[in-house]
Amino acid sequence: MQAIVCQPAAAPMLFSAEGMVGVIFLLTVALVFTGAVIAVSARRLVRAVAGLAVCFTGLAGVYYFLLSPFLAMMQLLIYVGAVSILIAFGIMMASPEEKKGTGMQNRSLLAGPLAFSTGALMFAALTVLGLKTEWQVFPRQGSFDIKAVGMALLTTHSLVFELISIVLLLAIIGALVLAQRGRN
Amino acid sequence: MQLLNLYNCLSTYLVIGALLFSFGIYGMVVRRTVIGMLISSEFILAAASTNFMAFNRFLAPDPVIGQIFTLFIMAIAAAEAAIAISIMIAVYRNYKTIDTDDLIDLQG
Repeated sequence: MQAIVCQPAAAPMLFSAEGMVGVIFLLTVALVFTGAVIAVSARRLVRAVAGLAVCFTGLAGVYYFLLSPFLAMMQLLIYVGAVSILIAFGIMMASPEEKKGTGMQNRSLLAGPLAFSTGALMFAALTVLGLKTEWQVFPRQGSFDIKAVGMALLTTHSLVFELISIVLLLAIIGALVLAQRGRN
Repeated sequence: MQLLNLYNCLSTYLVIGALLFSFGIYGMVVRRTVIGMLISSEFILAAASTNFMAFNRFLAPDPVIGQIFTLFIMAIAAAEAAIAISIMIAVYRNYKTIDTDDLIDLQG
């Protein structure tokens, strides 16, 4: 089995610093999983948004384990702090509670199992693909630190950086115009 | 104990990404309101970000590219959420509902 890339490959003892890190990682993954299950299966949408926030908090931990504390902080700020709150406001303004009881009758019986099998097939296929592929590890040249990220953002990727800012500006203006339209 | 070394393995993160993606697909199909589908689409974007970050950590020669790309995905996701919510508010104002069963004006 050459396919699985582990750096370093040695497993730590349970009662050591690295072992504790491993336990914390398992807890983080459990947080991601729990949040995702709540977000897609909760009947009330407010609970789904809470599950979304929990899942993205766990995902920030996963980013931390991927050696990027900067992205972990951005995940907390943007997703947990902004997007979840935005969706919560949307729920409050439009109050779209899913129909209880009535919603089940006019929907096809196959919808639930079909959706589940679609998701399970996707998961199986992507997992097999990820585990079976022989990934090539290239020799590392750069570093992970935030200074390198800032330098690359303002030199190599500066055009995309500017484009993103224009996209965000247009999104703000467009959201204002769309929400304003049709108002009495 | 190999279980405690999972955080150093690429395949762990790929499995997490696949899990998030399939949750997003499942929610996209099974949800009956537009906001529920928006939540599911956030999961699909998060799965893509996780994969970028995993390959960035383990395989990429320059570990800056993946972080920057994930940052761009986050910005696009935030813009998309803002636009989607404002469209929902506009739709709600006209139809008094955002249930996908009632928004069938284009159904032939």
